[in-house]
Amino acid sequence: MQNSEYRLEMRNITKHFGGVKALTDVSLKVEPGEIHALIGENGAGKSTLMKILSGAYVRDSGQIFIDGKEVKISDPKESKDQGVAIIYQEFMLAPDLTVAENIYIDKLSAGKKFINWKELRNNAREQLERLGFGDIDPNTKCGSLSVAYQQVVEICKCLTRNAKILVFDEPTAVLTFSEIEKLFSVIKKLKEEGVSIIYISHRLEEIFELSQHISVLKDGTYVGTVKTKEFDKDRLVNMMIGREMTEMFPERHAKIGETILEVQNLCAGMVQDVSFSVKAGEVLGFNGLVGAGRTETMRALFEADKKESGKVIYFGKEVDWKNPKQAIAEKFGLLPEDRKKQGLLLQQSIRMNTTLACLNKITKLGFINHKSEKEFVKETLASIQTKYNSTEDNANSLSGGNQQKIALAKWIAADCKCIVFDEPTRGVDVGAKTEIYKVINNLAENGVAVIIISSEMPEIIGMCDRVLVMRNGKISGEVRKEELTENALIKFAMGV
Amino acid sequence: MSKKKMNIKEILIQYNAYIIFVALFVICAILSDRFLSLMNIRNIALQQAGPICVVLGMLFVILTGGIDLSVGSVMALGSSLAAYLIVFKNVPFQLAIVIAMVMGLAAGTVTGTLVAYAKFQGFVASLAMMTIARGAALVITNGSPIKMEGDTLSLIVKKEYGYPILIITFAIIVIFCIIQRNTAYGRIVIALGSNIEAVELAGIRVKKYLVSVYAISGMLAALGGVFIAARASTGSGVISEGQELDAIAACVIGGASLAGGKGDVFRAIIGAFILALISNIMNLMAVPAYPQDIIKGIIIIIAVLLQLVTDRKE
Repeated sequence: MQNSEYRLEMRNITKHFGGVKALTDVSLKVEPGEIHALIGENGAGKSTLMKILSGAYVRDSGQIFIDGKEVKISDPKESKDQGVAIIYQEFMLAPDLTVAENIYIDKLSAGKKFINWKELRNNAREQLERLGFGDIDPNTKCGSLSVAYQQVVEICKCLTRNAKILVFDEPTAVLTFSEIEKLFSVIKKLKEEGVSIIYISHRLEEIFELSQHISVLKDGTYVGTVKTKEFDKDRLVNMMIGREMTEMFPERHAKIGETILEVQNLCAGMVQDVSFSVKAGEVLGFNGLVGAGRTETMRALFEADKKESGKVIYFGKEVDWKNPKQAIAEKFGLLPEDRKKQGLLLQQSIRMNTTLACLNKITKLGFINHKSEKEFVKETLASIQTKYNSTEDNANSLSGGNQQKIALAKWIAADCKCIVFDEPTRGVDVGAKTEIYKVINNLAENGVAVIIISSEMPEIIGMCDRVLVMRNGKISGEVRKEELTENALIKFAMGV
Repeated sequence: MSKKKMNIKEILIQYNAYIIFVALFVICAILSDRFLSLMNIRNIALQQAGPICVVLGMLFVILTGGIDLSVGSVMALGSSLAAYLIVFKNVPFQLAIVIAMVMGLAAGTVTGTLVAYAKFQGFVASLAMMTIARGAALVITNGSPIKMEGDTLSLIVKKEYGYPILIITFAIIVIFCIIQRNTAYGRIVIALGSNIEAVELAGIRVKKYLVSVYAISGMLAALGGVFIAARASTGSGVISEGQELDAIAACVIGGASLAGGKGDVFRAIIGAFILALISNIMNLMAVPAYPQDIIKGIIIIIAVLLQLVTDRKE
């Protein structure tokens, strides 16, 4: 039994969060010395599965075998001891310590009384050279390294702990092209050395370049594992999504009316001279690379950040909002991009979250009418098909999709006439995405002016009547619905 | 069968503050026959009136995720200032109380402004105010207690007038319960501690609310100081050292989280009484002061451990 053909085998893993099933009977088999890609839409359960492997979450049921031997893995240390290491997008490095210190952070003195700095540096240099990065000086502070080099340090750190299963979670998301090439050479080298690699990525080209097998997850279930050589992208996408685009984006029958919001020459920080307008019933998209200034534009408009200059005309009259309170008082809402940090009070009740932006509606002289509040919350949530047990449950007991609906319900409850949705479906599973699109369509059909900021091309193309593309803080182009293609958008986003 | 057992266990965990309180009460009654005497109970109530005002102010600060270390010193300031005005300036005691409270309000407003607008951490801003207020109290009293002769401030602890400080404290408790449960203000305070950014993006002027909780805490601390001065007929700049820690402990025993967003008015008061009962029974049994502190600490650990079990369940 000791010499199994698989390095790692996860069998029938199931995991619930509150009442929500995150994983159902998911299995994964990884051979020694292979690169195994794990793919699936956001919310498919990839990270949950890996967090179970790393001991960050404890599975409800299912077994894990490493080299044919069943292992328990109920906390992160057990996982580490079994040779599992995960390279997260945000590294676990101490920025003020040197490269050498970071690599050997848990065994600085190697069991002796004092640290032998020379040996430590030499060992670190050896490790770095082994991966082909002899040019990283073990004495530099990690904080001063580029992201790619930090990633290499992180990998070295895992290797000194004799990791035999290495998980990469979207490692290229933050890298430039040349950095990606370097990373790939490292990954391939590790594979040659017999390390098993689980590679999570949305970028299909990378998966086809690197992997030998691909496992697909969908909505928390296991779809299947295929040999990369025998498969192509189209079949993979079908396997992943399992539904057609037209089903994802429901039809909208909105009548486009009067101009509701007009912004002229808005400047704020990196945002320069941005002008645009949006009409009642219209869905206007904002596309562009991450960091192009889309979120910043909207935050300045909402006065969450200070705007420097520019004119805002709302319902035909010039407004000069001084803070979000004044914007909301005039029925302008903004759904922030980070639901957990900016959108919700996770530890508080669904009821409290829903009415946070419209407390005046449920209070008289500052006193809350609990009964009418409950009714109001139930009505509002029912209108957008939110699934929940009780209005008194905490927001974090819900799935990502339903959490997002609560964040959204806040603006519906406040009767907003113009709503900005910043990445409305981030971290939401495919089924819930469609439901959120339905809610947005419904708002537009009721005459609300909608602005969607999104980095997801299908979403922008499937949902918007018109798209503005931003680049380096300026609007670099406008694309109408008839001409909406990924190519047209990328051209403006990249400035080519 | 097992399901019912689970429920009992959950109830035990959920209401641990009440259970500790009741258990302690019973133990006290068994240990000392003087404990249940009217005089002793009345003494506890009169003694706790001041500290409870402080606990209420502290609880709201803690709910926002902050902390107010200055309350002990502000109590001393309130006590000193009231006694000084009554003895040396012939101010009527009612007016002296109001002036002391305004002083506490001002001190709290300064702390709150530093927190909300200058982005100080609550710990640091209130630490500075703690030193300032203590210093001010000692300047006012010139380092020695100010004795109030005759019936002035002491009237508010007299039976003939129906123990006004008990009535006032009870009214404040009721008001705070209502604020927390039934007003938009109470809801916003708890929301601030959960996620201040989300609250700001929901169109709420978070800074004003932050200042207000520290201001209220300062005002109630000054009032608490006045109560103590009234009982002793003496204003002093050295009273209530460490009272801030007792107030924090009471909130925590009552289930509040120092991370903010969690806590309850009524349970915090139960927390305060738990601490009071411990002191009281040990005084009755003539246990010296230092072992009392050890037991207090152990009770805090037990209460918080029980809460952690509840949190993990969620």
